[in-house]
Amino acid sequence: MEKAVNNKAITCKNLSKQFGDFKAVDQITLDVNQGEIFGFLGANGAGKTTAMRILCGLSYPTSGEATVAGFNVYNQQEKIKANIGYMSQKFSLYETLTVMENIEFYGGVYGLSRSEIKVRSERMVGTLGLTNEKKKLVGELPLGWKQKLAFSVAIFHRPKIVFLDEPTGGVDPVTRRQFWDLIYEAAADGITVFVTTHYMDEAEYCNRISVMVDGRMEALDTPANLQKEFNTNSMDGVFLQLARRAKRS
Amino acid sequence: MADVALTNIVKTYNKGKVKAVNNISLSVEKGELFGLIGPDGAGKTSIFRILTTLLPPDSGTASVNGFDIVKDYKEIRKRVGYMPGKFSLYQDLSVEENLTFFATIFNTTIQENYNLIKDIYEQIKPFSNRLAGKLSGGMKQKLALCCALIHKPEVLFLDEPTTGVDVVSRKEFWEMLKRLKEQGITILVSTPYMDEASLCDRIALIQKGNIMSIDTPQNIVTNFGASLFAAKATNLYGLLKDFRVDPAVDNCYAFGQYLHLTLKDDSNSETTLREWVTKKQADAFEIKRITPTIEDCFIHLMREYEGLTELNGKSS
Amino acid sequence: MKQLLAFIRKEFYHVFRDKRTLLILFGLPVVQIALFGFALSSEVKNIGIAVFDHAHDVTSQQIIQRVRTSSYFEVKDPVINYDEIEERFKEGSIKCALIFPPNFAEDLGRSGRAQVQIITDASDPNTATIVVNYLGAILASYQHQLNPTIQIPYQIIPQVRQLYNEEQNGSLNFIPGVIALIFMIVSTALTSVSVVREKETGTMEILLVSPFKPIMVLVAKTVPYLVLSIINLIIILLLSVFLLGVEIRGSLILLFAESILFIITCLSLGLLISNNTNSQKTAMLISMMGMMLPTLLLTGFMFPLENMPWIFQAVSHILPSRYYYIIIKAVMLKGLGFSYVWKETLILAGMAVFLLTVALKKFKTTL
Repeated sequence: MEKAVNNKAITCKNLSKQFGDFKAVDQITLDVNQGEIFGFLGANGAGKTTAMRILCGLSYPTSGEATVAGFNVYNQQEKIKANIGYMSQKFSLYETLTVMENIEFYGGVYGLSRSEIKVRSERMVGTLGLTNEKKKLVGELPLGWKQKLAFSVAIFHRPKIVFLDEPTGGVDPVTRRQFWDLIYEAAADGITVFVTTHYMDEAEYCNRISVMVDGRMEALDTPANLQKEFNTNSMDGVFLQLARRAKRS
Repeated sequence: MADVALTNIVKTYNKGKVKAVNNISLSVEKGELFGLIGPDGAGKTSIFRILTTLLPPDSGTASVNGFDIVKDYKEIRKRVGYMPGKFSLYQDLSVEENLTFFATIFNTTIQENYNLIKDIYEQIKPFSNRLAGKLSGGMKQKLALCCALIHKPEVLFLDEPTTGVDVVSRKEFWEMLKRLKEQGITILVSTPYMDEASLCDRIALIQKGNIMSIDTPQNIVTNFGASLFAAKATNLYGLLKDFRVDPAVDNCYAFGQYLHLTLKDDSNSETTLREWVTKKQADAFEIKRITPTIEDCFIHLMREYEGLTELNGKSS
Repeated sequence: MKQLLAFIRKEFYHVFRDKRTLLILFGLPVVQIALFGFALSSEVKNIGIAVFDHAHDVTSQQIIQRVRTSSYFEVKDPVINYDEIEERFKEGSIKCALIFPPNFAEDLGRSGRAQVQIITDASDPNTATIVVNYLGAILASYQHQLNPTIQIPYQIIPQVRQLYNEEQNGSLNFIPGVIALIFMIVSTALTSVSVVREKETGTMEILLVSPFKPIMVLVAKTVPYLVLSIINLIIILLLSVFLLGVEIRGSLILLFAESILFIITCLSLGLLISNNTNSQKTAMLISMMGMMLPTLLLTGFMFPLENMPWIFQAVSHILPSRYYYIIIKAVMLKGLGFSYVWKETLILAGMAVFLLTVALKKFKTTL
C-alpha cells in the first residue's frame, strides 16, 4: 500500500517541461496547503495548462519534483488520479446522458458503492435545486447549471484536491457567484481547490494566487500582498503589469 | 435613420423549444460603438447571424444600412464586415495570404484601404509569412479584424472578439475599436465581459434572449435605483453569510475583495450603516457607498427579470 | 473571375500544405496498384505440400519429382506418420498431402490400376479445389506419358483461348476497379471534407457574408480535386503500363473523357454530402461507408455480380461506378470504341447531370 510522503496538497520544486527547445514550464516552485483555495493565473500560452496536466498525472515533467496529495508525479500517477477531481470549461459532463446517469457514471468510475452513490447523489441534487431535473439530459440544461453540476460531480468522491480549469468562462455573473459559493463550501469541507480563471475579480476570492508568465512563476502571494507590491488596488492592475512583461505574445 | 435596426425579432431552435431571441427590438445609429453584453446563451450570436443575413428570423424585421435582411440580403453582404467567434481564419495560410484572399473576395486590394487597417496591421506585419494557425490569440484577433475591415465596410459586426484572448490584447483591441469609430464605421460588438461594456457608446444588456436594458453605460448606472455599498472584513466569507441572514439586507454578493450589498429600505441607509460599524464584530470591518459598475447593474436586472429572492444557489 | 481564381489558388495551398491529404492523394494509387498488381493475386503459387511415400519406388519418386519442379507447389520435408500430417495441417505449414500406398508401382504394373490419396485443407475451398486440379493435371500428364501409344477411341480435345488476357494476368481485372475506387476517395471524400472544413472553422460564414457568389464556393472547391483526379489517373495508367505490363488497347481520348464524366459524378456526390453535414468526421464517414464500401463490393471488380442475390444486383444498378467499370474495361482492356459503350455513357451522364443539379440547388446560402 503506497503511502503519501507529505501532507501538503501540492508541492512543486523547479518543475519543468520542455518540448525540444521550447520551455513550456520553466522551473516553477510552489506549495499549496490542504483546504486552500489557490488561484493559478496566467495568459494563454503562459504554460498553465501544461503545468496542470503534470499535476493531474496526465503528463511527465522533464525535470524537477512535484507531489500531489502526497504522491509523486513521476511514478505514482495512478494514485494521484484516484485522489483528485477535475473539471474544465470545455468538458464537464456527457451531454447525451441525464443528470442522474452522469452522477452514477462518475461515482462508479471513482469506485463508490451503489448505496453511497444513491445517498450522496440525492443530497447533491437537492442542494443544487435540480431534483426536478434529475431525469433531464445534461445537454438541455442552461450553461450555468451544467457547470455547477459538473463541479459537484468532480468532488462527488470527496477527493483531496479538485482542479478547475476556467470553470466559469462565459457564464452570467449571478451563476458565477453561485459557483464560487460551491467552491467556498468545498474548501470549508477540507477540499483543496486549484483553479485557473480569466476573471480578475475571481482571483480575489482565492487565499493565494500565482501568476505564470512565459512558463515561469512571476508571482506567488495573497491577492492583498500582491496589490501592495505592485502598487495597485485591483488584481487587474497586478496582472496587467505582469502580463506586459511577457515576450511570448 | 438608424444604421442597424431590429424590430420584434424572434428566433427559436429545436422546433420552438429553445427561445434564443425573444422579441427583441433595438437600433444603432451611424458611427456608434454598440455593445451587446451578456453571457453564453443570451442570444448574442443569433442576433449577429440574423443581422448578417446568415440566419432567417422566425418573425420580425430588421435592416442594415437601410437594406432589409430578407429582401436585400445580397446588398447587406457586400457592405458589412463580419468577425464570427473563434477567429475564423485559414490556419494553414500565412497572414499575408489570408489578407490577400479576403481582399480579393471583396473585390478590393490590400493597398486600396490600407489606411484603415494600417495601425493594426503594422503590429502583425513582422509575421506576414507565418501561418495563421501558429499565431497567438492576440495576433489572430488582429488579423481577423484586418480581414473584416479590408473592404471598408459600412457596418462592422464583431462576435465575441475578445474571448480567449489575454488581458493585454483585450485592452489594445478596444483601443483599436475606438480609433475605428473615428472613421465613421458603425460597430456592433458582443462580449461576455462586463468591464468592457463601459467602453461602448451604448450597450444592450441581454440575458436568455431578452433585452434587460438599452442605454449608455452611464445612464444604466444612474438608473440603478438603489444605493450600493461595498463591505470588507478579514473573514469575507463569514461576513457574506452574516449579511445574507441580516433582515436589513436586500441582496449581497461577492465582488472581488469586497462584498456588494443593497438594502431593503434605502431611506434608512445612514443609520443602518452606522449601526453595523459599531456593532459588527468582524475583524477589520469597513463599509462604504460606491457607484455601481455595469456588472452590478446586470446582476440587479437579472434578479428583477428572474424573480430571484436570494442569491444563494436556490435559483428558480 | 479574379475572385474564383484566388479561391482556387487557396484550395491548392490547402491541399499541398496538408501532409495527410497529400499522402492519400499520391500515395494511395501507388500502394493500390502495387498491392493488387503484385501481392494480391487470385493465382495460387507455392502451396505447401507434404508427401507420405510408403512405396519408395521409381514411379512414386518420378511423380514426386514432377510435383517438386512445378512452381505451384513447395514440397516440404517428408512425413513419417499420419499424426504428423494432421499436425502440419493444424499448424498451417501445408495445404495438402500426397500419399502413396506401399507397392504403388507394383500395383500399377500388375493390375493396371493404382491409387494415391490426396488430402487438402478445405477451410479455404477455393484453394483446395485448385490444388486438386493441379495435382490431377500432374498425375494425368504422367499417366499420358506412361501410355504414349494407347489411343482412346473417342477424344474431345478442347482448344482454349483466354480472350483479352492471354497471360491470365489476374491484376488486369483490378485496375479499372482501383481507378474507380481512387476517384471515389479523392473526388467524393476529399471534396466533401474540404467544404465541411470551411463550415467547421467558421470561414464559410465570412465567405457567405461577402459579395462572392455562394455557388462559386462549390465550383472553386471542386476544380482542384478534378485536376488532381486526372493526375491520379495518369499516374495509375503509367504504373499499369510500365510496372505491370498492361496494354491499353483502346482510345486514350475516350478513356479520359469517360473518366472526367465519372469524376464529375463523384464530385457531385461529395458536394451533396457536404451540403448536409457539419462536421468533417461525419463527411468522411459517410463518404467512406456510404460511398466507398458499396463501390468496393458492388461494382463487380472484386466479386462477380452474377453470384449475388438479386437485391444486391439491384443496388449495383444505381452505383455510377458499376457503369464506369464496364466502360473502362471495354475501352482499356478490350479496345472497344464509343459505339459499344454509349448506353453506359448515357446512364453515367444522366447521373452526373442529376447529381450536380441537386448538389448546386441544395447548397445552403444561410446557416
